[in-house]
Amino acid sequence: MKNFTYHSAKDSKEATKLSSSNSAFLAGGMTTIPSMKLGLASYKDIIDIKGIKKLSGIKVSGKSVIIGATTKHAEVANSKEIKKAIPSLSDLAEGIGDPAVRNRGTIGGSIANNDPAADYPSACIALNATIHTNSRKIEASKFFSGMFETTLKKGELIEAVEFQIPNKSSYQKHPNPASRYAVVGVYVAKNKNDVNVAITGAKSCVYKDENLSKALSKNFSVSAVDAVKVSSSGMNTDIHASAEYRASLVATYAKKAIEAC
Amino acid sequence: MASLVGSRVERKEDKKFLTGKGRYTADITLAHQTHAVFVRSPHARALIKKVDTSKAEKASGVVAIFTGKDLADDKIGGLIAGWKIVSEDGTDMKVPAHPALATESVNYVGDHVAVVIAETLADAKSAADMVKVDYKVLKAVVDTESAMDSEAIYKDIPKNLCYDWLLGDRAKTKEAFDSADKIIKIDLRNNRLIPNAMEPRASLGDYNSSTEEITLYTANQNPHLTRLVISAFNAVAPEHKFRVVAPDVGGGFGSKIYPYAEDVVIAWAAKKVERPVKWVAERTESFLSDCHGRDHVTHAELAVKSDGTVVGLKVDTIANLGGYASLFATVTPTYLYGPLVLGLYNIPAAYCNVKAVYTNTAPVDAYRGAGRPEATYMIERLMSKAAMELGMDQAEFRRKNFIKQFPHQQALVHNIDSGNYDAHLDKALEIADYKGFANRKSESESKGKLRGIGFSTYIEACGIAPSAAVMSLGAGVGLWESAEVRFNPTGNVTVFTGAHSHGQGHDTVFAQIVGDKLGVPLENVEVVHGDTDKGPFGMGTYGSRSLAVGGTAIDKACDKIIAKGKRVAAKMLEASESDVDFKDGEFVVAKSNKKKTIGEIAFACYLPGQYGEVKSPLPEGDEPGLKETAFYDPINFSFPAGTHICEVEIDPETGHTKLDKYTAVDDFGTIMNPMIVEGQVHGGVAQGVGQALYENAHYDETGQLITASYMDYTMPRADNFPELKIDYTCTPATSNPLGAKGCGEAGAIAAPPAVMNAVVDAIGTDISMPATSEKVWKACKDSKKPNSKAA
Ligand SMILES: Cc1cc2nc3c(=O)[nH]c(=O)nc-3n(C[C@H](O)[C@H](O)[C@H](O)COP(=O)(O)OP(=O)(O)OC[C@H]3O[C@@H](n4cnc5c(N)ncnc54)[C@H](O)[C@@H]3O)c2cc1C
Repeated sequence: MKNFTYHSAKDSKEATKLSSSNSAFLAGGMTTIPSMKLGLASYKDIIDIKGIKKLSGIKVSGKSVIIGATTKHAEVANSKEIKKAIPSLSDLAEGIGDPAVRNRGTIGGSIANNDPAADYPSACIALNATIHTNSRKIEASKFFSGMFETTLKKGELIEAVEFQIPNKSSYQKHPNPASRYAVVGVYVAKNKNDVNVAITGAKSCVYKDENLSKALSKNFSVSAVDAVKVSSSGMNTDIHASAEYRASLVATYAKKAIEAC
Repeated sequence: MASLVGSRVERKEDKKFLTGKGRYTADITLAHQTHAVFVRSPHARALIKKVDTSKAEKASGVVAIFTGKDLADDKIGGLIAGWKIVSEDGTDMKVPAHPALATESVNYVGDHVAVVIAETLADAKSAADMVKVDYKVLKAVVDTESAMDSEAIYKDIPKNLCYDWLLGDRAKTKEAFDSADKIIKIDLRNNRLIPNAMEPRASLGDYNSSTEEITLYTANQNPHLTRLVISAFNAVAPEHKFRVVAPDVGGGFGSKIYPYAEDVVIAWAAKKVERPVKWVAERTESFLSDCHGRDHVTHAELAVKSDGTVVGLKVDTIANLGGYASLFATVTPTYLYGPLVLGLYNIPAAYCNVKAVYTNTAPVDAYRGAGRPEATYMIERLMSKAAMELGMDQAEFRRKNFIKQFPHQQALVHNIDSGNYDAHLDKALEIADYKGFANRKSESESKGKLRGIGFSTYIEACGIAPSAAVMSLGAGVGLWESAEVRFNPTGNVTVFTGAHSHGQGHDTVFAQIVGDKLGVPLENVEVVHGDTDKGPFGMGTYGSRSLAVGGTAIDKACDKIIAKGKRVAAKMLEASESDVDFKDGEFVVAKSNKKKTIGEIAFACYLPGQYGEVKSPLPEGDEPGLKETAFYDPINFSFPAGTHICEVEIDPETGHTKLDKYTAVDDFGTIMNPMIVEGQVHGGVAQGVGQALYENAHYDETGQLITASYMDYTMPRADNFPELKIDYTCTPATSNPLGAKGCGEAGAIAAPPAVMNAVVDAIGTDISMPATSEKVWKACKDSKKPNSKAA
């Protein structure tokens, strides 16, 4: 690990002011620290945002669930209010990595990093989330722009993520046996006006499966999934799963999600 | 007095480990200590054109940088292969030079090129980045099966072949095959594993220029052997000026048997810079450069009569040694493997041919089970396949071929002293509720799931080993063990063992033996190991040998203590020696109430005269003190055996395999501490299940290790397991007075075929380890296709 200067920001303003083209925010450090240790990343300044009180916490209203950026996965997994409002979101958090990761990793860090196999991005897409930053509000559909890429600007700080409460929903994933990231994760949400099927792990970036979403909007059933052919084109192949296998898992886990709804 | 041996005594060592008070090599910090970082090859195969350290030498905090040339200039020898194997054609094995720091070529990713020593770890790391190595990259040889057809890595080792070894009788085996009604064939791959000890390797070298002594602290399973090798072959320091300390060691599984390049370099470098030098492996270095395990490709055939009698076995194996021949690499796929291919069956004719090849991958050496898991996997998969093809019950087909009379001289090497294989099979069938399997299967099927049951009736050879036997087979060392039992004047006991505990629980079990034998309370016995400056030369811990061999040495030393004690007691009690009996810690004169405790006797031995009231003359000819040493050379291997039965449930839609039930009934001979044995079985089974379902060292075609972190290398985890059902049967070993057979590796040996036989039973087709979800899914999908037929 290369030397760096550590800063602890007291509020969003200070955090963004400290940031530069050679800095990183430090939330739980679950991605940042290993990548620095392995020499994959190095920064001049590390800006710790964990001390910013406003960024942490859970607010549930009639329509939405707002989760502060530095809220840990374990807090989402154990939140009574979220379990009531969007139980699938607590389930998702409960299935992330292992206890150590869940007690350090944060929702803001997860979506800012936008790992192609991360779980939260699929929740953002399926539940029509809005990402609140220090300067604007971004719809989830316009947030995740590519592999490890988002439309966040340099120095832009995520403050919270706002999820719309669906009628019913379920997240089902086939975990990578080693890391427990998603080989394929399928988030199915039946919202007031539509059905969203968001897929993570399968391609280089989370996406909404338009065919499945459309088919399920018409007929919310397992047989509707059977009628859709999930193409393996554009899907990842690695030592854990071929594209063909991933395509099959998308259909299988979509069905599991519908059954669990 | 209640017996300590056989009871669930809590582990004496756990307090320190559970409260973070263990003292591992990385915990030791010496004054003026420097830090070392190794520059490693990023290429699987390359020639070294130039190593340029000039820029790095000027970097901040750098103390010294050494390359292979510096070692050569100091006449530091390379690493050795310690067991000579002779090929079928009578030629000796071929071993490439293995310098501790590469000079001409690098032969796997992670191979050592230079060492950077600096004031801080950060300084050493950044300077290591500045060492410029000019490589000529060559095409790597990676695959085990095709290694012999690939370009030779070393110009004097044609076909990359270390040896082409044969055990058994080809002609007799052919006859048996000619007489058979049916021949069952199988092709298997025994996947390469990475040991993953919880504590990464570490070395700390310390040199005292006034006494010219080097001390090496290192995470190692056999410090004396390490001292011997580094002294005699690497010529770093003479043995009497070289102390090796293996303090608390956090797991080894075989991977810490060998002195590694780092140990040699760190010990030597400490002398060069005249300051302590410390190196601690990062996890990535462990993945890349710890010796790996297994990696066999095997074709085997079984000759059977139509009534199910097995008459012959042929085994042809290619074993991957990696880029160099590590210390015990050559024996692992030969004498630790070949003799065991017969399993616990009465197979009258057999041969085993092993071709060991070099590839540009990390060296492969002994890993938990070492050869026996590979043998067991082969024979147990083959037996299951045979039962299936013959339409016989898995249990009954095995039972029919069990060895029934003991001692039994097998067709290959071993003379099996004792066993009762029906007993553990019967017990396992009952615990596993074999009768209820059909019902459970249809229940699974009604949920759209597949269920399979798998057997593994295994045997292994432990307690290595009779020195004369192994030396006649090429071993460069004898495999006896030593012990010293030392009474302190105040009556407590210090026991020195040549075995080494790195998780096994020796501190407790050895104390139980001594406690019972000498009648002293457990808390008055302390077991010392892991330091060449303390206690006699010992051979260390591996091959489930510590109790059968090391424990016996302790037992023998206790016998000597008792013998001397009797003489001293007789003198003090004015009785004849033959009238003195020793029981429960007391020397008692027959038919009298005259007695002395062993503590009193110990005290007397240290005060041989009269002092006030105390009057304790020693018998004539006896020396003062009460301390005895014993070296024990076993008369035979010991042969643990058992039955493991596994049940899996598979979701054909996802390919996920759920381990649903697991039963292990083992015969380890006499059990000293059932709690510790359970722990060994749990850990061993977990590692075996890991091999069957999860673990795999995956190199790409250029020789890059793709599974070089826990993000990709899958370790088994607690939530992968049902509650293991464990039980025992007991036929004591006749080859040692304790009756102990060994239990440390059994789980890792028995589990892989039990699990894989269950998977194959469920899906109806053969797949290779690890049975990942995708492989299982694909097999299920393919077998649904109209024209496919289950293999
Ligand atoms: C072993 C392991 C297993 C894992 N398994 C899973 C899994 O199963 N599923 C899953 O989804 N994830 C998994 N993760 C990822 C983990 O859940 C974290 O969410 C992720 O690593 C991000 O970590 P963090 O929140 O600590 O953020 P950090 O590592 O601190 O930061 C990550 C990146 O996000 C940026 N960042 C952080 N917060 C903000 C913010 N508020 N605004 C803008 N940018 C920000 C940082 O600058 C940095 O670039 C795993 C991680 C590990 C180490």
